[in-house]
Amino acid sequence: MARKLLLEHINVPGIHTLDVYRQKGGYRAVEKALKTLSPDEVVEEVKKSGLRGRGGAGFPTGMKWSFLAKPEGVARYLVCNADESEPGTFKDRYLMTHIPHALIEGMIVASFALGANTSYIYVRGEMMPQIRILERAIAEAKNAGFLGKNILGSGYDLELYVQPGGGAYICGEETALLESLEGKRGNPRIKPPFPAIAGLYGCPTVVNNVESIAAVVPIINDGGDEYAKVGIGRSTGTKLISASGNLVRPGVYEIELGLPVEEFIYSDEYCGGIANGKRLKATVAGGSSVPVLPANLTLKLANGEPRLMSYESLSEGGFATGTMMGSGGFIAFDEDQCIVRNTWNFARFYHHESCGQCSPCREGTGWMEKVLHRLEYGHGKMSDIDLLVDVSKKIEGNTICPLGDAAAWPVASAIRHFRDEFEWHVKEPVKSLDTNYGLANYAEPIAKAEVTTGN
Amino acid sequence: MLKVEEQQPVEFSAALIEKFDEIISRYPQGKHKSALLPMLHETQAELGWLSTSAMDKVAAHLDILPIEVYEVASFYSMYFLRPQGKYVLEVCRTGPCCLVGAEKIMNHIEQSLGVKEGEVTPDGLFSWRGVECLAACGYGPVLQIGPEYTFYENLDAQKVDELIQDLRKK
Repeated sequence: MARKLLLEHINVPGIHTLDVYRQKGGYRAVEKALKTLSPDEVVEEVKKSGLRGRGGAGFPTGMKWSFLAKPEGVARYLVCNADESEPGTFKDRYLMTHIPHALIEGMIVASFALGANTSYIYVRGEMMPQIRILERAIAEAKNAGFLGKNILGSGYDLELYVQPGGGAYICGEETALLESLEGKRGNPRIKPPFPAIAGLYGCPTVVNNVESIAAVVPIINDGGDEYAKVGIGRSTGTKLISASGNLVRPGVYEIELGLPVEEFIYSDEYCGGIANGKRLKATVAGGSSVPVLPANLTLKLANGEPRLMSYESLSEGGFATGTMMGSGGFIAFDEDQCIVRNTWNFARFYHHESCGQCSPCREGTGWMEKVLHRLEYGHGKMSDIDLLVDVSKKIEGNTICPLGDAAAWPVASAIRHFRDEFEWHVKEPVKSLDTNYGLANYAEPIAKAEVTTGN
Repeated sequence: MLKVEEQQPVEFSAALIEKFDEIISRYPQGKHKSALLPMLHETQAELGWLSTSAMDKVAAHLDILPIEVYEVASFYSMYFLRPQGKYVLEVCRTGPCCLVGAEKIMNHIEQSLGVKEGEVTPDGLFSWRGVECLAACGYGPVLQIGPEYTFYENLDAQKVDELIQDLRKK
C-alpha cells in the first residue's frame, strides 16, 4: 500500500470527532508549532516540504506564505478556499466530511505561521452538510482549547469561522472568493495588488486550498524534509485524486505523486479499470478546465515512456501532447462517450459560470456553447470547427481571471485531438445523434490501452 | 412589473433575527456586509425563497442599500427569486454526472413530476432543475434538496421514485 499522509486514518470509526482524532495523533502539529516553533520556522518547514498549492495552480505554498506583507498594526487573514466546484473534483468535500479536524488543525498551524488572528473557511454553499460538520468540529476544538484566546498558553489567539458561498464556480478564484466573503458579487479583482498585499478588507491575506492546508499537518509533524522525500522531483508529497466517469471504482484516492497513470486507472488498489469491460477513450486529468487527452497520450508520453501522476509528467509535451495536474479531478471516458457532446457540456458550464465582467469570456463562452450545441445536434458546418478554435484563442489570456483560459482549453484540446469526430458530426448529422464515432475511426486510431500492471 | 406575491410583506421569526446577529458577530467591526450571503441562506431556509420584501428587510438589518442585496441574490445560483416547490430537486447536469446518466435522471424526474424544469407541481410540493457541478462527481448521478442540501447519490430511476414517494409522505 502506498503511503498515506492525509487519509491514513480515514476508516477509523469516529475519526470526525476530536477525541478519536486526537487518539490517532491529531493536534500534535498544533502543539509542536505553537510550543516549539516560531511562525517563521513554520513557514520555513512548509518551504522545505516543496508543497505546491493543491487547488489547481500548483504554486509553492511556502513561497506564497512568504510573500505576505506584514505592516505594523494591520490585521492579516488566512482564508481557506473550500469552494470546490471544478467539474471532476470532489476531494475537499471528502476530506471535510470524514476528517474535518485535519483541516482545522492545518488552519490553526497556518494561521499561527502567518500571524492571522481571524481566519475563514469559505465553503461552497451547496456543501451545507459539510458546513455543519466543520462548525461542530470547530466548537469541539474551541472547547479543548485549540481555538480562542491564548491557545495552549502560547499567547496566540485565533478565531475560526465557516463562511458559506452562494453557488458560483467563479468564487474558487481567490480574488472573487474574497469579494464574495465581503458580501459582494463574485467578480475577480485585477491583480496587482495581489491578496498578499491587499486581500480581505484590503488587508494582507493568504488564500489556500483545503488540501494544501491539511498537508501542513504532516509537514509540521514529520518535518518539511521528510515530506519532500515522498513524491517525485518537484512534485513532492501525496495528492488527493478525485476519480470519476466510467471507472470500476470512482472515488477519492490519496496517491504518492509519481504513480504511473496506467496503474492509477487499472490497478485494483485504485480505480480498478474501465467500467463494464469497456475500453478507455480519453481522460481529463485535472478537472474540466485542463486539456482532454486521448487514451494513448494519457498512458504514455509522446516518446513512449509511461506518463506519471505528477505536475511535471502530466504537463510533459505542453498542450500539444500533454495536459495538467490541475485540481486532481480525474475524469475517464469510455469508448461509448461522445467528445463533442462532452465538450458542449463543459462549454455550457463555463458559459453559465462566467461572471460577465470581461467581454471575451462573457460573450465567447456563450458563442462556444452555441456552436458546440449545433455541432452536437446535427446543424453544424465544417467552418464551425475552426471558428471554435478561433474563439477559444481570443478568450485565452484576454481576461482578468483564469476562467477564460479554463473555458478555452477544453474546447481547443478536444478539437486538437478529436477533430475527426467533430468533422464526422458535420458529415453525418443524423447518424451522430444516436451513434458513437468509435475508437478505430480516427485518422490516427486511438490505441487500445495495453495494461501492463501486475494487478 | 413585480408580481403581487413579490410585494407581500414578510415577517422574520425571532430565531432568524437572533441567527442574523450571531452571523454578524463573525466579522470585524464595520465589515458586517460579509454577513450577507449567510443571512440570505438563512432567510431562504425560513421563507422558501427571497422576495423583494424579504431582501429589503435583510438590507435594512445590515444597513445597506436594497440594490446591494438584489445584485448579490441575483448573481449566485442558490438563491431563488421566484417561489419554488417545498422540495426543490436539483440534479447535477455537468460532464462527469452526464457520463453516468444524469440526463436520464432529469428526464425521469420531469416525467414523474409532470412539470418542466423550473416549474412547480400543482400541489406546491415539488420543483426541479439542472444545476452545475455539485462536486460529487464520483458518486453520480447526484441530486440535492435544500435548505439542508441533503445529497442523494448514485441515482437510478427506482431511487428517484422512492425519494419522491418518501417526500410526499412527509
